[in-house]
Amino acid sequence: MNIEDVENLAKLARIELSEDEKKSLLSDMEGILGYVKQIESVEIGEVEADLKVHNVWREDQAKNSEFSKELIIEQFPDAQDGFLKVKKIL
Amino acid sequence: MIDLKNLTIKKARKALDAGEFSAVELAGAYLSLIKNENKELNAYLEVYNDVLDQAKDADARIAKGESYPLLGIPLAIKDVILIKGRKVSAASKILENYTASYDATVIVKLKKQGAVFLGRTNTDEFAMGGSTENSAFGVTRNPNDVSRVAGGSSGGSAVAVAANLALGALGSDTGGSVRLPASFCGIVGMKPTYGRISRYGLIAMGSSLDCIGSIAKNVEDAQIIYDAIYGHDVLDSTSIFDTTYTQSPIKKDLVIGIPFDLINGDGVDIKVKENFEQSIEKFKASGFKIKDISIKNLDLALAVYYIIMPAEASTNLSRFDGVRYGLHKEGKNLLEDYMFTKGFGFGKEVRRRILLGTYVLSAGYYDAYYGKAQIARNILKKEFNRVFEDVDFIATPTAPFVAWKIGEKSDPLSVYLADIFTVTANIVGIPAISLPSGNVLIDGKELPLGIQFMVPNGGENLLFEIGKKFEEIKDK
Repeated sequence: MNIEDVENLAKLARIELSEDEKKSLLSDMEGILGYVKQIESVEIGEVEADLKVHNVWREDQAKNSEFSKELIIEQFPDAQDGFLKVKKIL
Repeated sequence: MIDLKNLTIKKARKALDAGEFSAVELAGAYLSLIKNENKELNAYLEVYNDVLDQAKDADARIAKGESYPLLGIPLAIKDVILIKGRKVSAASKILENYTASYDATVIVKLKKQGAVFLGRTNTDEFAMGGSTENSAFGVTRNPNDVSRVAGGSSGGSAVAVAANLALGALGSDTGGSVRLPASFCGIVGMKPTYGRISRYGLIAMGSSLDCIGSIAKNVEDAQIIYDAIYGHDVLDSTSIFDTTYTQSPIKKDLVIGIPFDLINGDGVDIKVKENFEQSIEKFKASGFKIKDISIKNLDLALAVYYIIMPAEASTNLSRFDGVRYGLHKEGKNLLEDYMFTKGFGFGKEVRRRILLGTYVLSAGYYDAYYGKAQIARNILKKEFNRVFEDVDFIATPTAPFVAWKIGEKSDPLSVYLADIFTVTANIVGIPAISLPSGNVLIDGKELPLGIQFMVPNGGENLLFEIGKKFEEIKDK
């Protein structure tokens, strides 16, 4: 791993990092990855990942929700006419 | 004066129902102690300003003849559980001014019983840590020695209970975050079967690991809180039914399995080992059978955990982008808004885990890390099922060492190692409890230690049984 890898990860995760922090994160990551690398030694044999994925449905019934529209709108960093306002994307 | 030190939920219930004191008097007693103690301990990030009003409502319900186990009982709530209209920050700057717009299911259940919420308690930011040192709002101090950590991440909740600043508390446990601080503070902390207590309204870290758990002074109180909040919830798709797992009948001859090879491995304090062996001797003397068990790959549980947890956390935390709620930092364009908001809003440990999770999930590394960890997780589940054919309980110390000095562990990996005995229950999904098992004298201060019991899925009743048994025999 090198500093460019850290920069790339930070970009993927959309986190702004200072130069100092990139360095300290690099050394932390190397330590942690060095430790978790142990799982290479697991003998897998016939075992597969236990991914019993299934949908959990509920009846599509109209119910009163206890959400407060006002509370949600109040928290918008920027709002207009009760709508969330975001910077243009294109 | 109400004797808060010796008060339990059970005793308070009797006293409230008999009119020996009112819920308002009880809440008032806690508020005045919190006022004196919280500045130093930093257990609470916020003490609610309507505590006495809540208590007044409870008194009115008691006067009407209502009685619930938690009616009028003052509780502390970890700052990751949503209460409508109140601030919930996950001890992070990114949510510093966030107000919850709905109640978590556990809160709905507690409100139904009439519990009184004293305030929200400190935690490692987004529950990421084992010491509460990662809070954006200062460390929580251990009441047994204020120069030491309280454990974490539910450190505030554990200290609130241990220092008599609440009668009980809710915490969350992703890799030991209820059990570890309970152990460091000398109280009881339990993590249920995965899915037993609804996660709806809990700020997510590792969704396949997260559980809400109860923290209390003794086993009976921990059970009272658990009884109030468990149960299937249609709003949590991973929620289980009472019938999902068969209830284990309580047998006459009980066998405790102990993974001695792990406990005798490197990094476990000799004092911890001695204390653990003394506890086991007491069980032996009470007729329990002890069996040395060997669980393949158990020593790799921590590595599995520190792959799966950051992977899930990095996914969960991507939602905090400064667009809909929480902190917003202004940049030149939307991408800069994201970068600045997350860069400024997330603390160091959170950034570390997001990057780690992004790494293990990225193309090229996915199979070697995340894919492999998922398979190892399944191997561990199978191993535990096999071992539970021969034993009723698995016991370990809760933590490999006592509470450390604040600031002593600067290397993140050394803090992660504190979770060595607790993460397995989260990986496998099984319930576990930490019980106070005595103290060791270090630097003139009595520091608590804990013993952990794990049981098969759905076996919470067994945990409470063995917990009560231990309370009976531990001082013999």
